[in-house]
Amino acid sequence: MNARNKVFDRWFPILVHIACLLPIPWLVLDAWQGNLTANPIRGSILRTGKIALELLILSLACTPVNSIFGFKPALKVRRALGDYSFLYTSLHFAIFVSLDYGFDFQLVLDELIRPYALVGLIAGLLLVPLAITSFAPWPKRLGKDWKRLHNLVYGINLLAGLHFILVVKQGDTEPYLWMILIVFLLVLRIPFFRRFLSGFFTHKERLTLT
Amino acid sequence: MVKIDPSEVTPKHLYLSRRQFIGSTTALAAGALALAACKGNLPAVEPVTTPGASTATVVPASTPSASGATDELGDPLTSFQDITHYNNYYEFSTKKSAVADLAADFPISPWTIEVSGLVKDPKSYTPDDLQKFEPEERIYRLRCVEGWSMIIPWIGFPLHKLLKDVQPTSEATYVQFTTIYDPKNMPSQNSNLLEWPYVEGLRMDEAMHDLTLMVTGLYGQDLPKQDGAPIRLVVPWKYGFKGIKAIVKIELVDYQPISTWMLAASNEYGFYANVNPEVDHPRWSQATERRIGEVGRRRTLMFNGYEEEVASLYTGMDLEVNY
Repeated sequence: MNARNKVFDRWFPILVHIACLLPIPWLVLDAWQGNLTANPIRGSILRTGKIALELLILSLACTPVNSIFGFKPALKVRRALGDYSFLYTSLHFAIFVSLDYGFDFQLVLDELIRPYALVGLIAGLLLVPLAITSFAPWPKRLGKDWKRLHNLVYGINLLAGLHFILVVKQGDTEPYLWMILIVFLLVLRIPFFRRFLSGFFTHKERLTLT
Repeated sequence: MVKIDPSEVTPKHLYLSRRQFIGSTTALAAGALALAACKGNLPAVEPVTTPGASTATVVPASTPSASGATDELGDPLTSFQDITHYNNYYEFSTKKSAVADLAADFPISPWTIEVSGLVKDPKSYTPDDLQKFEPEERIYRLRCVEGWSMIIPWIGFPLHKLLKDVQPTSEATYVQFTTIYDPKNMPSQNSNLLEWPYVEGLRMDEAMHDLTLMVTGLYGQDLPKQDGAPIRLVVPWKYGFKGIKAIVKIELVDYQPISTWMLAASNEYGFYANVNPEVDHPRWSQATERRIGEVGRRRTLMFNGYEEEVASLYTGMDLEVNY
């Protein structure tokens, strides 16, 4: 690995952190300038929800990006992507309860029992233990169980994708595209595909074979 | 012969008192305007100072204007900006904020509206011909099935005026409306997002009701393209999707029309689609709504607040079944 790559590898996580935080000032600016449609509360709920979903999917992409393309720095930001996803999930839920429903908990409860909301709520709640245990001392303390616990993220991704599908009206195809991507990233983890694809673009395996 | 006289459908005192109210709100306009301006959600609404302007034929103005600043319940009009930039118009886009731009070049001239079917005197009208029905301003609430609402100063004429002009036969029991099919200018009509062209329907007594409006303008101006120009339907006690846009055909029929949304998801969207806080959408509650321009939610009113005027149309009907 040459020196230029090393500099990039060092800066990559920092760039990712900045990229993950940028949506907050972007959201505030859009709210300020009235760019969140005529229904800015709905607009900000949709925006934060979608960012949370995108970051969750990105965290799912880290492992295959490393194993297929040999891009190691992806592994360094995997946990951070999940944590930022939790941050935007929290914002998403907080706006729903506060600005949208004005802390009217009876109304909130009445909405939360709908399948679309329930699926989202479960996904969000499952993220809580993952977010907490992604910081020290939990990874060490949990040892092998840490990995097992964090495998929950596969199910959470599916629930988050389903949450998006359930909330749109007929004819909107976008959430299905995200779901296809999630399923694709999960399929890559099936041992058969994993073995077939690992090092596919870096020729590592093939070189060792010859 | 048409047997239904509109004054039989709407009790005359209601019909008159509503107009009187619209007239008297003119006086309140200035005060309400100031109040609304403080909330920062109101545009250039210029109260018309001539009394009775709301019932006179409306000449399109160059700037948005309305005869009052509130609906009859005292809530402020939604801004012209929001009414024209938050549109459910799937022919152009499923993204409400994208419709205004995409519809900007939609050609609406020449245009004809064909009124046919079970009528004695089928006719075709150009938008200019429709001026003879004397469009007037009506300030109505619009409640979208998605859970948001607006208050809009429409310019239009009651559908019953048009129907009387073509003389429905006694066999006519329903009215079916069809949007233009113009895939060259309506991008989504090239996809199978929905069955095109868009179709809607009303029962005869609903169509003859004085609140049911054929709309050609809003805020004192010609109807913006993104809001359904040159002519659309507005049925204020029903969810907004009943308000079919860019109409080219109105047919009187003897069967219940199958609307586009019934075809797309009959378990979610029924023929009646009356605003009803007690009958939920299968996926979300209809008990509350976001009034555009406000924070928090409002309780949704039965028949969108027009219960007194229209509840009698549905006497004895199970509204859970006939959603």
